[in-house]
Amino acid sequence: MDDPFNLGGERFASRLLMGSAGFPNQQVMLDALDASGAEIVTVAIRRINLSGQHEETAAVLGARGRLLPNTAGCYTARDAVLTAQLAREALGTNWIKLEVIGDRHTLYPDVPELLAAAGELVQAGFVVLPYCNDDPITCRKLADLGCAAVMPLAAPIGSGMGLINRYNLAIIRDRIEVPVVVDAGIGTASDAAIALELGCDAVLVNSAIAKARRPVLMADAMRRAVEAGRLAWRAGRIPQLHHAEASSPEAGLIGT
Amino acid sequence: MTSIAIILNGAEMTVETTSLAQLLADRGVDERQRFVAVAVNNLVMPRSEWASVRLAAGDRVEIVQPMKGG
Repeated sequence: MDDPFNLGGERFASRLLMGSAGFPNQQVMLDALDASGAEIVTVAIRRINLSGQHEETAAVLGARGRLLPNTAGCYTARDAVLTAQLAREALGTNWIKLEVIGDRHTLYPDVPELLAAAGELVQAGFVVLPYCNDDPITCRKLADLGCAAVMPLAAPIGSGMGLINRYNLAIIRDRIEVPVVVDAGIGTASDAAIALELGCDAVLVNSAIAKARRPVLMADAMRRAVEAGRLAWRAGRIPQLHHAEASSPEAGLIGT
Repeated sequence: MTSIAIILNGAEMTVETTSLAQLLADRGVDERQRFVAVAVNNLVMPRSEWASVRLAAGDRVEIVQPMKGG
């Protein structure tokens, strides 16, 4: 595998992770997953419908990729830890995308609760992948606690605003040794490409694909953008100058 | 028949059994079913223990499964 993405002790070919929420229907979701090339797909953990209608999400998605359960909707470390434990029991995985939300309006993380939950889950043997602010200090603390990656937001969840503070993401990339997966806020393909061009290791995209007018086409676009961004990072961009730098040779000009 | 009041997935209700396995069976969940997890009073109950867990009045039971999510 050329240039694999190493996460949690495993190797992946794709640097695009996909969320499964909000697609027009299940077939579009599955077609988008195929088009995205994503090998990791997130799911939520929710109460079953007591009338006996059980979801088939895990079976259909699990046949196509690695399921990554999240703790979306949890507002306390306690709820997030219990949700992670339930996810481990339901799916047989110790991987958890840890979300501990601070408020409904911003869906920003509650950092003290996030750190408490991350520490507890790492100690309990989980591979913890925390959704977090684009804050180098919080990312440092999460990495020091033993998280397998950090997942800073590009912009608020579902906002589609793109990388609001790309310089913070660049600092995080420079300073944190675990994989950096940009999570939340991606709006279109160029946002994903920029995240990879900055050296981030992967992106997790949900709404930008699911809510696009044509989700399967957007999934394809995201796949290509992530590949292009990664190649550009490996190739190394030229320095940015405030003046011109002639590309054609200066010798041999006529009229001199 | 024993009746007890419990809180099942956030809803107060009276059930006709103190057996967790029976409660789950009544809801269409058996221990061979994949992709389901159960907690009683915030403790996860591994499916190998469902048959032996006895419920008491006031217990909070959560039955969850994976669903679409980001």
